[in-house]
Amino acid sequence: MDVATGRLGESFGERLARHDLSLTRERTTALQVNLGLACDLACGHCHLEAGPARSEMMPRSVMAEVIACARRFRFDSIDLTGGAPELVRDLPYLVRGLAPETPRLILRSNLVSLEGERGEELLQLYRELKVVLVASLPAGNQAQTEAQRGAGVWERSIRALKRLNTLGYGLPGSPLELDLVSNPSGAFLPPPQLQAQEKFRRDLARKHGVSFHNLYTFANVPLGRFRRFLERSGNLEGYLEKLSVGFNPCAVAGLMCRSQLSVDWCGRLYDCDFHLAQGIFHGGGERLISSLTELPPPGTPIPSADHCYACTVGSGFT
Amino acid sequence: METYYDPKDLGSFAEIGKDAPELAGKFFDYYNEVFAEGELTEREKALIALAVAHTVQCPYCIDAYTRACLEKGSHLGEMTEALHVVTAIRGGASLVHGVQMRKIAEKLSL
Repeated sequence: MDVATGRLGESFGERLARHDLSLTRERTTALQVNLGLACDLACGHCHLEAGPARSEMMPRSVMAEVIACARRFRFDSIDLTGGAPELVRDLPYLVRGLAPETPRLILRSNLVSLEGERGEELLQLYRELKVVLVASLPAGNQAQTEAQRGAGVWERSIRALKRLNTLGYGLPGSPLELDLVSNPSGAFLPPPQLQAQEKFRRDLARKHGVSFHNLYTFANVPLGRFRRFLERSGNLEGYLEKLSVGFNPCAVAGLMCRSQLSVDWCGRLYDCDFHLAQGIFHGGGERLISSLTELPPPGTPIPSADHCYACTVGSGFT
Repeated sequence: METYYDPKDLGSFAEIGKDAPELAGKFFDYYNEVFAEGELTEREKALIALAVAHTVQCPYCIDAYTRACLEKGSHLGEMTEALHVVTAIRGGASLVHGVQMRKIAEKLSL
């Protein structure tokens, strides 16, 4: 690794070329909507450096453009993320506007922002519209969860999961889908998804009486707050090398950037949330969702960067 | 400072095959087969390896299997409990020989 630039010897683009691969779009079926960087947590793995000190939030005018876009193109899924979406004032307007326009409206929650009167109102809204909830829970134990997400978060997360189960979310056979997302709490890779899912299911049921549907495991992306942790702890070189050595050419075909568009709180378009964090625009230049008159055709090139290695390690990040 | 143990040496383990490739090949094939999922999961095997690594006090193994345990989904509580199992057996192995001590002492004593 070049210590001065923090880059690996071989760029992601060079690696693709060596395997005779290219990163191009398939049919676009998903829209990811990043509602802003305001969050009630400041997680150590966050590539966006979201947190309580951030004020970026999607205004209602941009939400209207997102809803209009969803009406134009009818995405198979729309995925609301942040920051913490629940902190965004006009979230109910957006959720009500998008729910009829897609068969699968997903909202990523940090769980703790579901607390209180506002959280309860949102929970009722999610249930009414059958919003799929994807909740962050890095580990099935307090120490690792709080190492990443902050003191006291474990108990609050378990309380929120129990409330979701009470509402019917995450129960076997329930149409109210509750999935969990687990990111490693450090400079190591996640376990295989199915094995981790089995262990989470057993541990959460046995110790806390909590149930959920699916668990997704993702590698941490060496950007933002997580990159600073890697630098500070002397783990950057080893982690980047681990991502590079673990490059799986077969994972490229299933990368999420090939079938989704990502839009930020200002309405700007990207190919994924990590490119959003780095300001790498979809199509090579700043473009607003309001100007999107047709979806990018299959074969459109996607810009790559070295953080893409985090999505192609092992079985990949889809 | 130079030391006998350098973490980077672990990556050169395969070089041990240079002067005895057939034996090394058999060893590494066996090793990989042992750690593949079988009646025990890969995670459970990594926990056993971590515990044994502490018993044989091999710094390379402790490094490798601490990482492996984390990457296979074990957490520090489980890993620490595994070390206590090792400690109990190691301590117990010493203590249970006290039976020999007692037998010998009884034979020698009035």
